[in-house]
Amino acid sequence: MKWIMVAIIVGSTVLADVLQSFEMKRHTVAVEDLRPGRVAGMLASLARRVPLVVAVFFMAISFFAFMKLLSVADLSFAVPVTAASVALETVLARVILKEKVTAWRWAGALSVACGVALLAM
Amino acid sequence: MARGQAVRVDLKTKLLTIFVVCTNVLGNFSMSWGMKHQAVDLGLSPIAYIRLIFTPWVLLGTTLLILWLLSRMTLLGWADLSYVLPMTSIGYVASAVLGKVFFGEVVTWQRWLGTLLIVAGIIFVGLTSANTTTLDTSSKQVPAR
Repeated sequence: MKWIMVAIIVGSTVLADVLQSFEMKRHTVAVEDLRPGRVAGMLASLARRVPLVVAVFFMAISFFAFMKLLSVADLSFAVPVTAASVALETVLARVILKEKVTAWRWAGALSVACGVALLAM
Repeated sequence: MARGQAVRVDLKTKLLTIFVVCTNVLGNFSMSWGMKHQAVDLGLSPIAYIRLIFTPWVLLGTTLLILWLLSRMTLLGWADLSYVLPMTSIGYVASAVLGKVFFGEVVTWQRWLGTLLIVAGIIFVGLTSANTTTLDTSSKQVPAR
């Protein structure tokens, strides 16, 4: 059960993150839109963007799977193990989102992935 | 992009990154605290999950995680996904520390080594530019309504 939940969390998180990054890059949120008087309008605007709605759906799946995981595993296991998505998402960031992933960034992602693997042991 | 504007973009990105990490760590901690003190058997029934969400600690955790979701969404518009992921990984370290301090979880040498590797990874990524795809973030903003 534990590893099934981990697989669901990682899979849905990867899909949600790529969709969010793709859509938020197309229309960024300005600092001014984070002011109290403008947040509601900004949220309404976000809610009309289909890729973000789909991303939130995947985040919801990830959230409930995470709740289930927390009920059967330690916090110090549950949180780090879900970061297995870091390496996969870095590859997708390069391939799909066309980000410039430099050697430093690859090294960083690899280091984080190894660290997460050790934390999960 | 003018240098002054670049510095401002960099500062707001860093401040938002800190906010994203804090809401994530505190949200996960509250959720975990709530789950550990409820002793509810979660099956596949959605009723059990919904009932659990409205308990105080889980509700606090859920609220913080909603804030985390929205702030992270904003951050993903300002910075690369391949930048955001490692930079926010410090949250994993903080969760391990909170797990040890508040829940008495065992943190072995492997976990401490893992922590060091995560910190090293964050430093590596911190040496790179936050955004390599859309440098001018003011050109395509969501219209406020």
